[in-house]
Amino acid sequence: MPNKSFAVPAAATPHAEGEPGAMSRPRQRTPERRRPRPRRRVASRLLTGSVLAVFVVFFVLPVLWLVLAATKTDQQLVHDNPLSFGSFHALKANWDALTAFQDDAVLQWLGNSALYSVISLVITLGVAVPAGYALAMTEFRGRHTLLVATLVVMLMPNATLVVPLFLEINAVHLIGTMWSIILPYSFYPFGVYLTYIYFTTAVPKDLLAAARMDGCSEFRVFRHIALPLATPVIALVGFFGFVADWTNYFLPYVMLPESSQMPVQVGVGTLLSSVPSFNPTVGDLAIQRPQLALATLVAITPVLIVFLFAQRFLVSGMLAGATKE
Amino acid sequence: MTLTHSPAGSATRRRRGTARQSRAGMAFVAAYAVLLVAFGVLPTAYAVYFAFTDAGGKVTGFANFVTAGQDFRFLDAVSHVAVYLVFWLLSLVVFVVALALLLHRLGSGSAGKALRFLYYIPGALAGAASVLVWLFMLDPTVSPVSSLLGALGFHTFGEVIAPGNLPVLFTVIAFWTGAGGWIVVMYGALDNIPTDVMEAARIDGAGAWQTAWHVQIPMLRKWIVYMVILAFAGGAQLFVEPQLLSLASVGVAGRDYSLNQLTYDFAFQMNNVNGAAAVSVELLVVSVSAAAVFVARSGFFDAE
Repeated sequence: MPNKSFAVPAAATPHAEGEPGAMSRPRQRTPERRRPRPRRRVASRLLTGSVLAVFVVFFVLPVLWLVLAATKTDQQLVHDNPLSFGSFHALKANWDALTAFQDDAVLQWLGNSALYSVISLVITLGVAVPAGYALAMTEFRGRHTLLVATLVVMLMPNATLVVPLFLEINAVHLIGTMWSIILPYSFYPFGVYLTYIYFTTAVPKDLLAAARMDGCSEFRVFRHIALPLATPVIALVGFFGFVADWTNYFLPYVMLPESSQMPVQVGVGTLLSSVPSFNPTVGDLAIQRPQLALATLVAITPVLIVFLFAQRFLVSGMLAGATKE
Repeated sequence: MTLTHSPAGSATRRRRGTARQSRAGMAFVAAYAVLLVAFGVLPTAYAVYFAFTDAGGKVTGFANFVTAGQDFRFLDAVSHVAVYLVFWLLSLVVFVVALALLLHRLGSGSAGKALRFLYYIPGALAGAASVLVWLFMLDPTVSPVSSLLGALGFHTFGEVIAPGNLPVLFTVIAFWTGAGGWIVVMYGALDNIPTDVMEAARIDGAGAWQTAWHVQIPMLRKWIVYMVILAFAGGAQLFVEPQLLSLASVGVAGRDYSLNQLTYDFAFQMNNVNGAAAVSVELLVVSVSAAAVFVARSGFFDAE
């Protein structure tokens, strides 16, 4: 239950006083005072702000470099200031060179990725959310086995599973069809666990018990009580599921060898092996590094758009006071 | 705090309720169970079967494990991965939880939203993309942070990728792509701590630090355990980062560095799928044992 540690904070205060944390000192012997002195507050805000800012630089700087790289020529990339803007002309030229690669292959790859990811996402959500819910909120035979099996399978090195999966898909003659990756993608144990932990930690069982007492069928309990409360986790599972499918490289690489069927990740991989600095054996078909940077940006843009969309549903306080008397 | 359970429910009614719940539970997981068997359990069992047989399908007991273990690169790879795991797990747990708490203090305003988005962006970059980015970041001659690298005493790419630096470098790269997603997960979990609990902590005079340490972190327990289990397994499977670096340094650093690179080498260079499967099964056993410890100590499987 979420209320388990309810009594902890009161008991905890003296314990924390001995610690040298800057925030705990002004409160000594004056527990009724809720706010630290203004100067302390400014100091703690500054500290918070600078930590967050340092990590912004860490996470964003390489990405910024990548964005700028797409606006340069290969010459400029190596010789100019790393964080300088190249030119729109170079950007246009890179785009033309990129789309010229196998006649608009990039656009086709994007379309393929979208098709595969969206279909698997729909199946994933339909399967993983009810499963995570049932594992968390109901007791049934085999529940424990399912939890353990799911965890073990998740821990198995992924690369090792590709060969057995290939043999399996081959046995049902689906190699080379989109189902050869959509079906394995639809199995998303990570999402089942996200849903499972969400329900065990954030949704009080009493809430469902009350609905059952009122005569709701199990399906109605799920549909009308659990599901509306699960918006944040559905958004999480949907988002991570989409990204996992979108960025998966190895499985489509093995299952869909034709360029016309490739998703964009595998496509960018083939571009990488056409860059002379990584693979000196390519001749005239060469792709330059700035074009690869551009291809990468094109490949990740849909993921970032989906992130922004999903973030709107990671709403807070859905359950605030749900079980208050 | 909790809804008063109606005590009127008689024993028979409760039993009927349990049976009904049990049937419903099974119905809810049925579709997932099918996928789990088809694309999880079966391939795993198949890989384990590979580990104990030879190329002709004859059962060989532990022969593949012995062959893999006697490979001259095996012990080095084990120690590399062990050192890397220490750095990786520590940095992930400390920084992800700390950043999620700090972001949560910012509230749900646009600053927090923007920061979560910025932290997440590298998570969208996978495979080939990060090869390119980190190849440039780590080379002092073209890096945007070459002054930082210089201040740390690194003036050539060769100095940066000295063997002693590798665990830290791989941690930095893995953290760069992996942390953002977990920060989003932890932030969401923090958001779902009931406001009355937070309110109570505030009324009791707990400051931000005490609330974090004594209320929020304990309530994140399951999420943290889950992250550690997956990060342990993921870290033990270290592959992309050393492979990327060995590509960038033309094999000088990062080649045959991790166990998973060995499996790759066994499977695709030496054509020994069975040896590869043996190494993978060892990784699986280690990861599952570690997970079992965490699960047992945290009540992870309890339907609370």
